[in-house]
Amino acid sequence: MSSWLDYTINGLIVGNVYALVAVGLALIFGVSRLINFAQGSIYLVGAYIGWVAVVQLHTPLPLTIIFVAVAAALVGLIIERFGLRPLQNSVRIAPLLATIGISFVLDQLVMLTFSPNPRALPSQLPDIRFQIGGGTIGPLDLLIAGVGISSALLLFVFLRYTKLGWAVRAASQDRDAAMQMGVDVNRVNQTVFGIAAALGGVSGLLVGMYYNQIDTAMSLQATLKGVVAEVVGGAGNVPGAVIGSLLLGLVESYGVAVFGTSYRNLFAFLLLVVVLVLRPNGLFASARQAPPEPLTGTFIAPSRPVRIPRWALAVAVAAFAILPLLPVSFYILQTLINAWLLGMLALSLTLVAGTIGQVSLGHAALLAIGAYTSALLSLTLNIPVGLAIVAGGLMSAALGTILISPSFRLRGHYVSIATLAIGEIVSLVILNWESVTRGPIGISGIPPLSLFGYDLISPASVYWFAYAVMVVLALLQSRLLGSHLGRSFRAIRDDDIAARAYGLSLNRYKSLAFIFGGFAAGISGGIAAHLYSYINHETFNTQQSILALTVVILGGLGNVVGAIVGAVALVGLPEMFRIAAEYRILIYGIVLLLLVRFRPQGLLGTI
Amino acid sequence: MGQPHAPLLSLRGLTRRFGGLTAVDGIDLDLAKGGLVSIIGPNGAGKTTLFNLVTGLDRPDAGTVNFEGHDITGLSPERLAAQGIARTFQLGRVFGNLSVMDNVLIGAHTRLRAVKPAVPVIGPLLELGLALLRPSSVRDEEERLREEIKAILARFGERLLPRIDQPAYSLSYANRRRVEIARALALKPRLLLLDEPTAGMNPSETAEMQTLVAELKAEGLTILLIEHKLEMVMRLSDRVIVMDEGKKIAEGPGEAVRGDPKVIEAYLGHGLSGTPEQESAA
Ligand SMILES: Nc1ncnc2c1ncn2[C@@H]1O[C@H](COP(=O)(O)OP(=O)(O)OP(=O)(O)O)[C@@H](O)[C@H]1O
Ligand SMILES: [Mg+2]
Repeated sequence: MSSWLDYTINGLIVGNVYALVAVGLALIFGVSRLINFAQGSIYLVGAYIGWVAVVQLHTPLPLTIIFVAVAAALVGLIIERFGLRPLQNSVRIAPLLATIGISFVLDQLVMLTFSPNPRALPSQLPDIRFQIGGGTIGPLDLLIAGVGISSALLLFVFLRYTKLGWAVRAASQDRDAAMQMGVDVNRVNQTVFGIAAALGGVSGLLVGMYYNQIDTAMSLQATLKGVVAEVVGGAGNVPGAVIGSLLLGLVESYGVAVFGTSYRNLFAFLLLVVVLVLRPNGLFASARQAPPEPLTGTFIAPSRPVRIPRWALAVAVAAFAILPLLPVSFYILQTLINAWLLGMLALSLTLVAGTIGQVSLGHAALLAIGAYTSALLSLTLNIPVGLAIVAGGLMSAALGTILISPSFRLRGHYVSIATLAIGEIVSLVILNWESVTRGPIGISGIPPLSLFGYDLISPASVYWFAYAVMVVLALLQSRLLGSHLGRSFRAIRDDDIAARAYGLSLNRYKSLAFIFGGFAAGISGGIAAHLYSYINHETFNTQQSILALTVVILGGLGNVVGAIVGAVALVGLPEMFRIAAEYRILIYGIVLLLLVRFRPQGLLGTI
Repeated sequence: MGQPHAPLLSLRGLTRRFGGLTAVDGIDLDLAKGGLVSIIGPNGAGKTTLFNLVTGLDRPDAGTVNFEGHDITGLSPERLAAQGIARTFQLGRVFGNLSVMDNVLIGAHTRLRAVKPAVPVIGPLLELGLALLRPSSVRDEEERLREEIKAILARFGERLLPRIDQPAYSLSYANRRRVEIARALALKPRLLLLDEPTAGMNPSETAEMQTLVAELKAEGLTILLIEHKLEMVMRLSDRVIVMDEGKKIAEGPGEAVRGDPKVIEAYLGHGLSGTPEQESAA
């Protein structure tokens, strides 16, 4: 492609595909004030069902589309019925976490069924292109445009002229009033999830055909793009979502035209952050609307933390400290070293997500910042490894806090979107800033851990080092929680309006929480870099962010001991039962879902 | 500071619109130091919105708020809290997972000095460092505040003191309201705004609350009160302001306002939905 017209057509076509995802998100947000993080997984499922239909069943195109729409709608209905409906009366964080868990489970199921390798999805349409003006357009472009426009029309007619459509609109305007007027909210939710899933699934199919390739990484990308488009258009605003999608498609396409393909996603996420900062209610909302999140009601489940006697903690700390002196296998030490590293990340996240209530989905980015800083300082400037790791922690604290600060004005689900996007931006910058980060090649030959000139080579010394660092961080964090900052953070989490009315500045205290948490995560990343000796932009990915979140929920939000217990449990148990690596993520997803449903306060309770 | 007899709080033409609805419509109000003014009116009259405008949680579309002779219109709630304005919330906004003690300690947040040095730029970092190191000045300050808060809680008799370490979510509705008032008192307010402090309370609890508010007034605290229970309003208020559909429809001493035909009509005109004793418990 060469001309601007081509880029415009491409932008509009891609925008059309995003619209199919974003409209579903907007419908769901409208009726249940929930950002469905599983939308991309349905899109993924749609693509693979399409592959089965086209490649194995050889269905003709119209039948393929119907097949995918119906199958995806079924998945949507199952998610609504078994994943979300049981959580209707629980705290607001619950459905958010549930959709994250569902998304992980679906992605892993697809991966386990079809293998993670990309597959070709033939388009079933003749490969010809028509000349229009200075550009060209193919039958697939027309099909995508056609599907987009006809779905929009169908949806419009449904919402405007059917009784159920009226109920959906009523519920999204004022759920309580609609319920009083006899609207069956469960049916509305079902309808909305069914429609959203059907649209999402078809979108996955079309994208697969458009690029003639499908793989499991599509899921997260689709969720992100859909969410970007939806937020740009104004959460819950269906026509806004369509316009937001087209805008996103164009911005990306022009961005690619000017800067190159690897910048595509960077533009999408920058657009999101800009919109979130300047117009958190979307481009088309009036500037001073009531905030979209309910103002009252707690975000996290009330609970009483389990009190562990001090002597028991001291015994446990001592027992793990002398472990390497006992005849334990290298393998056990290795596993626990991983647990301590994850424990540090979980300490950071439990402070940020648990204590001050900012559910971050991009926490792995803090690891990456710490790891790259420490690796580069020790490699290029020959700074001693111990110092470099501390510098990594400081850099992560500073940079992480600055990057995240645009989201300080946001609440609830929006924070999660913003952190997810900011995490992606960090990994894209690492990928593209080759002069500093060595881009896709990554950094190899990172010097091993050392302290005061002594290399830590033996597993026992590495174990002690990681363990000691984690224990010190945990002690510091406990001390922080016992100070006036601990109660200030928790007050902001429980009710930020009341907190502001009593003089607590959200910017100030969220910054302090991210500075402290960023330091712990950066240290963890730094140690990991020297341990692995090789890192690249994918070493610290969203899977680790979600794993850390699962650890935090498992241990109990804000709970320092819980974070460490959770890390040991989630790293240790799969090792103990020798569960194959590819099933682990699936298990983490299921653990997250079960926790949200049956023990939202975690093992040791929210603090 | 303003002139000797200037009111502590004065509102001029305060207006807030939500789309087509004018929730607060050109309200003027003066409140002298040490005075107690009540605002009454049917549900949806705009009373809570007016409180939000005064406390910075919402911004007026027009009009000004003056506090101690300074224009404070549109300042952030954080700054207003630091200037000594404290409020309670109609629907209750305690920090559910915090203990009673911690809830009330948050009320004293603006009075922290030792742990929050007023240093520009690096102030927050110093605060973090001091919170972790906890030198004796910080510990003493915390200790002093804790003692003070026990004294505040003692004003509520045996209602809160025995539950001082319990999380607020485990308290009864009435006790949560008391925690809110204790939290407001911990700020050492110069102006206290109470939004239906007796909502959801039974008659004996209401009487207790009325005694407390009377005591606070006797101690010289300046109070703006929203209350549906007219009995209490009549006893406590220096002056009563009646709002309906955003406008001030009457103002004066309690008895005069009570007999005002416009006031009676406002309550009746709303199909009695806002009869003074009815609660909008939510
Ligand atoms: N954020 C908002 N967005 C839109 N409308 C609002 C908002 N807040 C309040 N309103 C409307 O403004 C009007 C005044 O509400 P307000 O809560 O101030 O009344 P009130 O006098 O406190 O009533 P009550 O006695 O029930 O507490 C109501 O019609 C309400 O629906
Ligand atoms: Mg009110």
